[in-house]
Amino acid sequence: MSRERSTFLQTLLAADLLLLTACGSAQGPDWRTLRPVSDFGQLGAEVYSDLIWWTLGIFVVVELLLLYALIRYRSSRSESEVPSQVHGFTALEIAWTLVPAAILFFIAIPTVRTIFELQGAPPTEDPLEITVVGHQWWWEFQYPELGFVTANELHVPVGRTANLTLSSADVIHSFWIPQIGGKRDLNPGSENRLWFTPTEVGEYYGQCAELCGTSHANMRMRVFVDDSATFSEWAAAMQAPAVPDSAGAMTFLISGCAACHTIAGTPAQGKVGPNLTNLARRTTLASSLIPNTPEHMANWLRSPDSVKPGALMPDLNLDEQRLNDLVRFLDGLR
Amino acid sequence: MDPHATTFGVHSRKMAMWVFIASECMFFGSLIATYLSYEGKSLVGPTPEEILNIPLTSVSTFVLLMSSLAMVLALDAVQTGDRRSARLWLGAVIVLGGLFLGGQVYEFNHFYHEGLTLQQNLFGATFFVLTGFHGAHVTVGVIWMITLLVMSLRGRLGPERSLDVEVAGLYWHFVDVVWIVIFTVVYLIQ
Amino acid sequence: MTATGHGSVYSGDLRSWLTTVDHKRIGVLYGISALFYFVVGGVEALIIRLQLASADGAVVGADTFNQLFTMHGTTMVFLVLMPLSAALFNYMIPLMIGARDVAFPRLNAFSFWTFLFGSLLLNLSFFVGDPPDAGWFGYANLTSRQYNPGMGIDFWILSVQIMGIASIASAVNFTVTILNMRAPGMSLMRMPLFVWMALIVQVLMLLAFPPITVAFIYLLFDRFFGTHFYIPDAGGTPILWQHLFWIFGHPEVYILILPSFGVVSEVLPTFSRKPLFGAPFMIFSGILIGFLGFGVWSHHMFTTGLGAVADTAFSLGTMLIAIPTGVKIFNWIATLWGGHIHFKTPLYFAVGMVGLFIIGGLSGIMHASPPVDIQQHDTYFVVAHLHYVFFGGTVFGLFAGVYYWWPKITGRMIGEGLGKLHFWLMFIGMNLTFFPMHFLGMDGMPRRIYTYAADLGWERWNLIATVGAFVIAVSVLVFFVNAVRSVRAGERAGGDPWDAATLEWTMSSPPPEYNFAVVPAVNSARPFWLHKYGPTRDISTRTKEEGTPSQPETPPERIDLPSPSGWPILAALGLSLIGGGALVGLWLVLIGVAVLVFGVYRWAFQPLERLGHPSFGPAPGGGR
Repeated sequence: MSRERSTFLQTLLAADLLLLTACGSAQGPDWRTLRPVSDFGQLGAEVYSDLIWWTLGIFVVVELLLLYALIRYRSSRSESEVPSQVHGFTALEIAWTLVPAAILFFIAIPTVRTIFELQGAPPTEDPLEITVVGHQWWWEFQYPELGFVTANELHVPVGRTANLTLSSADVIHSFWIPQIGGKRDLNPGSENRLWFTPTEVGEYYGQCAELCGTSHANMRMRVFVDDSATFSEWAAAMQAPAVPDSAGAMTFLISGCAACHTIAGTPAQGKVGPNLTNLARRTTLASSLIPNTPEHMANWLRSPDSVKPGALMPDLNLDEQRLNDLVRFLDGLR
Repeated sequence: MDPHATTFGVHSRKMAMWVFIASECMFFGSLIATYLSYEGKSLVGPTPEEILNIPLTSVSTFVLLMSSLAMVLALDAVQTGDRRSARLWLGAVIVLGGLFLGGQVYEFNHFYHEGLTLQQNLFGATFFVLTGFHGAHVTVGVIWMITLLVMSLRGRLGPERSLDVEVAGLYWHFVDVVWIVIFTVVYLIQ
Repeated sequence: MTATGHGSVYSGDLRSWLTTVDHKRIGVLYGISALFYFVVGGVEALIIRLQLASADGAVVGADTFNQLFTMHGTTMVFLVLMPLSAALFNYMIPLMIGARDVAFPRLNAFSFWTFLFGSLLLNLSFFVGDPPDAGWFGYANLTSRQYNPGMGIDFWILSVQIMGIASIASAVNFTVTILNMRAPGMSLMRMPLFVWMALIVQVLMLLAFPPITVAFIYLLFDRFFGTHFYIPDAGGTPILWQHLFWIFGHPEVYILILPSFGVVSEVLPTFSRKPLFGAPFMIFSGILIGFLGFGVWSHHMFTTGLGAVADTAFSLGTMLIAIPTGVKIFNWIATLWGGHIHFKTPLYFAVGMVGLFIIGGLSGIMHASPPVDIQQHDTYFVVAHLHYVFFGGTVFGLFAGVYYWWPKITGRMIGEGLGKLHFWLMFIGMNLTFFPMHFLGMDGMPRRIYTYAADLGWERWNLIATVGAFVIAVSVLVFFVNAVRSVRAGERAGGDPWDAATLEWTMSSPPPEYNFAVVPAVNSARPFWLHKYGPTRDISTRTKEEGTPSQPETPPERIDLPSPSGWPILAALGLSLIGGGALVGLWLVLIGVAVLVFGVYRWAFQPLERLGHPSFGPAPGGGR
């Protein structure tokens, strides 16, 4: 096989590999950030797919030009000949300055418009106010108008704009639910804003997106977009939680848990760790790291650090009896 | 090294000092920009209005400015081979620079006793780091001048070494100019 | 009279290497260090990839993982890419401008030793069990004493600060060298593109390193002296760190890519056998990129909450930079166009650089749009982007330079077969590793996470990326095998193995210690080509003799070179003792100051040419 053909085939192979990796297997593009379930996410996704098409187009054109030049002008002549010593061509320089500038102009317009839309006031007079406070390594969610606080699992009613105020109690975190939309940082000492109107009922995964220490990878959350009846029921249960069993509450208190945790309706009013009101209603534990089952709860209580490295919740050295009592108690918080 | 003519006709060491000064502009610029961005943001006192002594600092600013004049005269003396004047004016730069530093030490000490420390508030932090690093640069300059003076006293600072004095002078004038900016930004414009 | 030509420039004992002030030796020292750290940083990456190959991985724990990516990033940026560029700058710039060395040879040595000691200080953190773990960008206030009480961050601050001093010293040196030591007739517009890009890089270093120096000073003061520059409780803001860091950080990425741009602008013309297309436009676009690079730093901060006006300004500025960048890419393609392209290894890497950088540049354009970037920021999409520009762009470009100038530096040819194998393995490996990361980012995978859940659908691409990483590792192995073989027994190279156009090819390989027996007179941007082929622009017959360098074997007049000196390494040691001393105690800091001051004074008062300094050419009973 001649050297030219072999190089050509090599080039083709490389291109194929690239294409294959690009297209993936049977699963087509199913990326969360391009399947938004909110107005906020939708506005961003529109600019996003715009840009994907532009960049894909530029990629194909420019790479093809490069490949063509390599194949067409590959030397097969003897060493002594020299090609025409072209130094440049000003008209071409002007053309390939202006054309990219024009393309960028078309990219800039929707970009700037969307920047202002996303950072403007929420699109409604009466959003649901939620305050998000980032902690190492869990999420605090306050519902000031509704009068309760929860942690790690955010509930919002479908179709109603949620207006989030974001800050941090310690280091910088970043609030990100890929399908809801883009992220916004939680800065200690200042407040950021983010609003979104969810459009589809469902459960969505979210995660901290700014390195915040040992268990940054474990600082996860769930967002539940509920239909309005479900949301009302959930909110009502948060506002007036059932009175928990008193023996279990006593165990909770004497085990030292109240130093850090709050359970509404009990003397436990600690603010250091997540609010545990109606804990049993949550589907996950430990900032959505593990499922909320008695077994996982027991593992967590036995040794938080083994489940979540660096967890600020200390090892309580609980004996198994105490442990089981606590698990039962917590499992009854609904 | 083969002493062939430099492309720009400027001696390389002089060019190097100019280039270094450009870098130092960014250094002090960053310190000053931070000072400005934190101005008024301290949560507790003392505040600049309460504690800065403009009359006193104006005097030390004048002293530093005079030291630059002395530097110019010292360079001229070295270039013309006037050994006595060179030593006189280099000595003056050292004395005036030393006076400036003495003034800084006095001021820092006074502020410390008034409760303004590095840790006290943002004003303390930004003020002391900015003026402290400037003072460190002046100190390096004074040591440099002492070295030149000693060389002159040993008869080793003739006109053939005037480039070294010129480069030192450039550094000294730069440090002076930085002080003018600091004085204006920190003391005069509050 | 001294020997010329093969190898004498490298001969000598350890002491001769410790006291060298020869830019060629210093270049080799930088190059070896950089390649060593490339392996170190690469191993760190392989462990990262092993950990992420599956969900809930258990190869390393959370803290170790955070330390690994912190060290990987810091190592690759400061211990690999910058020194490898420095290696090529050091070796080639004096040769390309017709000079016998840099403006300040001892300062040059000082820069290298300072860099080396700083790099050792950083890696010392491994040996005391406390490497830094807050990322290569170390955001406050995670780096505060409160949230990071160990010594890791201190190691990081002090070592990068020390290496920063090395860079600033280098920048002063090379700025003056390039501006002031060009051969007669070499106007700025006749300067090779590699030298132009290097000049812009020096200016960027001069202006960009001070802000990060200040950022580090504030962090040091917060951690050691209890100030509150970055502490919110006292009115400070962690965002200050981000501004100062990125005012450095963005120009830094241009510091990292422009050398590669310069290499490609030398390699493509040589192997297409025609001039660089649009050379003046290439120069001006480089200047513009450098200049605009200072105005876009907050595009790293689109999620911080700067406000719509600031976001818009930085977004538009970032898009603007794409224009001169695009101009370069098109000019490179036009250089190939209509040429007689010879597919040698340097060309493969140069073309690979262009092809891969296009991808990195395009993902960069996406990042320039805040509505899109707030989805992409801090995800694997950015990891993909940065590796396409730093690996596909910088690494491929610098390897093109390594292969291109290998014969000049070593006096030997390096194997074409293994070279091409290296290229293909690295090209395929790189795409396998980093292309899927675009998808991971788009699917919601954040950066800097040591593990991820199994039910998110990220395992397949992560596994492919890990496989790709090992393919890259094999390619690097191939390079080392090729390199060792070449140095041991490679075919001897003449002065001009590629029939190139610039001055570095006019003398033997490796060059004699004094570089040029006769300082060349330059009257073109392609002086050697002119010498070989004559002034016609459009010729088709070769008129030069095979392989004849244009420099005479021995110098017609006496040449004196600066003596080796031990003061630069001593001063560097003093500086490093100050830095390391901060971790140990005031006594060590003071010792460092004493050593530094002593070293600087002896250096200042040491004449450049002492008794017994290297001397070449006809001398009355003199010489070595």
